[in-house]
Amino acid sequence: MQEIFIALGGGLLQAFEPLNLFMIFTGCLAGLFVGCMPGLGSVNGVAILLPVTFLVPPTAAIIFLAALYYGAMYGGAISSITLGIPGASTAVATVFDGRPMAQQGKADKALMAAAIASFIGGTVSIILFTLFAPPLAAFALKFGPQEEFALMLLAFATFIGLGGDDIPKTIFSILLGLVMAAVGFDIISGQPRMIFFDMVELQRGIGFLVLAIGIYGIGEMLWTLESTKGKVQMHSVKITWQRIKGNFRQIKEYINSTWVGSFLGFFVGTLPAAGATPASLMSYGLSKTFSKDPDSFGKGNVAGVAAPEAANNAASTGSMLPMITLGIPGSPTTAILLGGMIIWGLRPGPLLFTESPDFVWGLIGSMYVANTVTVLLNIAMIPIFIRVLAMPFTLLTPIIFALCVLGVFATTDRMFDTWVMLLLGVGGYLMRKLNYPVAPAVLAIVLGPLAERSLRQSLISAQGDVTTFVTRPISLTCVILAALLIAYPIIQKLMRKKREASPAG
Amino acid sequence: MTVRTAELLMGLATLLLSLGLMWNVWSDGLRIGWVEGRGPGAGMWPFWLSGGMALASLATIVRWFLGKTPESRSTEPYVARETLFLVVVSAAALLTLLILMNIVGTYIALMLFMLFYVRYLGGHSWAMTSAFVIGTPIFVYLLFEVALTKYLPKGLPIFEEGFLWLDNFRWQYFY
Repeated sequence: MQEIFIALGGGLLQAFEPLNLFMIFTGCLAGLFVGCMPGLGSVNGVAILLPVTFLVPPTAAIIFLAALYYGAMYGGAISSITLGIPGASTAVATVFDGRPMAQQGKADKALMAAAIASFIGGTVSIILFTLFAPPLAAFALKFGPQEEFALMLLAFATFIGLGGDDIPKTIFSILLGLVMAAVGFDIISGQPRMIFFDMVELQRGIGFLVLAIGIYGIGEMLWTLESTKGKVQMHSVKITWQRIKGNFRQIKEYINSTWVGSFLGFFVGTLPAAGATPASLMSYGLSKTFSKDPDSFGKGNVAGVAAPEAANNAASTGSMLPMITLGIPGSPTTAILLGGMIIWGLRPGPLLFTESPDFVWGLIGSMYVANTVTVLLNIAMIPIFIRVLAMPFTLLTPIIFALCVLGVFATTDRMFDTWVMLLLGVGGYLMRKLNYPVAPAVLAIVLGPLAERSLRQSLISAQGDVTTFVTRPISLTCVILAALLIAYPIIQKLMRKKREASPAG
Repeated sequence: MTVRTAELLMGLATLLLSLGLMWNVWSDGLRIGWVEGRGPGAGMWPFWLSGGMALASLATIVRWFLGKTPESRSTEPYVARETLFLVVVSAAALLTLLILMNIVGTYIALMLFMLFYVRYLGGHSWAMTSAFVIGTPIFVYLLFEVALTKYLPKGLPIFEEGFLWLDNFRWQYFY
């Protein structure tokens, strides 16, 4: 316990270094911006800006991206409340009550509640993170390739069991990501694989950033252009110092839902498929169920804004827990962060705590600081962001497109990758319109090489005996959990059929 | 094209893609099974996973015939007419941007892209347009070439020559 405090102190000191503090500020600002722009969320911001972070050392870079992740969770509420369109998918549940509140002229109250709930959610979650991360990493040090592979199996199984999307399409998306990761030279035998039409450029493989920027940059912008038709409509917000003070006194109205959201968000956030969006929806549902006045939800109950906002912030921190300790990302955003860590030359996984303590604790320290910075920036800059939201999409889109193209080029110095990015972006857009989930593919392309290596290492060390995955206790637990998760939708379906059948017969 | 048709076509396309991937691995002569004394072959992972993709696509097609998914019953247009324009034009503009980057170089291509997007697609004022057309290349130059020390594509030699003059100027006076 004492070591945690000492390390945390060091991390906090690191967070206050001028460069890192500057990164926190710019990251929070960028996050608030991408969060509040409809169509852009944390994952888009992180994917598009990752290439730019090569300017600074890895610790500063991850601090920037983590702060961006945070800021986006706060920012999402701004457009959910003032525009009535979620600024990011994570803020969908905020619309339910945020929109009616804005229509009643209480937008400022909703925005304040969102900011305060986010702050509490974030803080609770960072404290849990600090307490859980070191023991979990120490435990994960015992993992061999079998456990690593079983854990990844579990991560993919959560998408099938809890993702809520069409199951064959989810499986397709996961496998496509894994296969794309295999393009290029085989990591073990060194043989070239899947070099289509003998294109030499493919020998270096398809970078995860090419897919991530293609899908979350190009594809997402096409999607947004279509859904907003390039125009936005908004509600006016009155903010005065007097009203801000008044709003602080009303915290009691929503503090309970905030606590529920904070704890729920953290634990849901640690699951790979779940993340911030389902966490916020679950938290909204729970607060509604346990509320004394459930009917007022959806008609402008401030607790309905606080609950999902606390949960999505808590979940964003929660999703970093498996990324840092196990090397398994808890959300698409952390999948991209994980890929970034590999580019920066770090090996994600339990060894990170012992090999790069400065990196890990600097990140943890920065999360405490970033949370405070974001809540202050958020409240101070609400009027400015509301003006930013009025910015037409035809101005934002070309900037994003240019950043996507140049960002992909800058990471690999190859024009070829930008072509692949455009192809994947358009393909991703077309598939997304048919409800193919895209997040599993991004997670899979990041985890692909790691999963393949751990599978083959396990098989080699076990002389081709596949039972090696079920004879080791930790690995067996993961495999059983994965099997249960995959079976879960089927069981659910059978139960529903039974229930439907029983009243009739 | 309705969503229903698109769903079937996508299912067929993904099936073909998966089979193509399997054939590609197979025809490259990669071992897809156990190699005696060496462990799993290099083709095992991509081959069997592509096989899984093919099965998943088949499942989607079967579910289409059974009408199980909401998409397979929807007769709404896949891409609505009024939005089709914006999406297709955006994608085409990006494609043109990439092609032009190879011919006239990043900077001129970006300026043309901004001109097209802001003025013609967005219908913004000339003041806003010129701010974008002039501002973007300057920002990109400072961020990517100066700060990140990347050499962005400069296009055909004749355009590259012109640009080298600017770069020389920078190296001569600023370092």
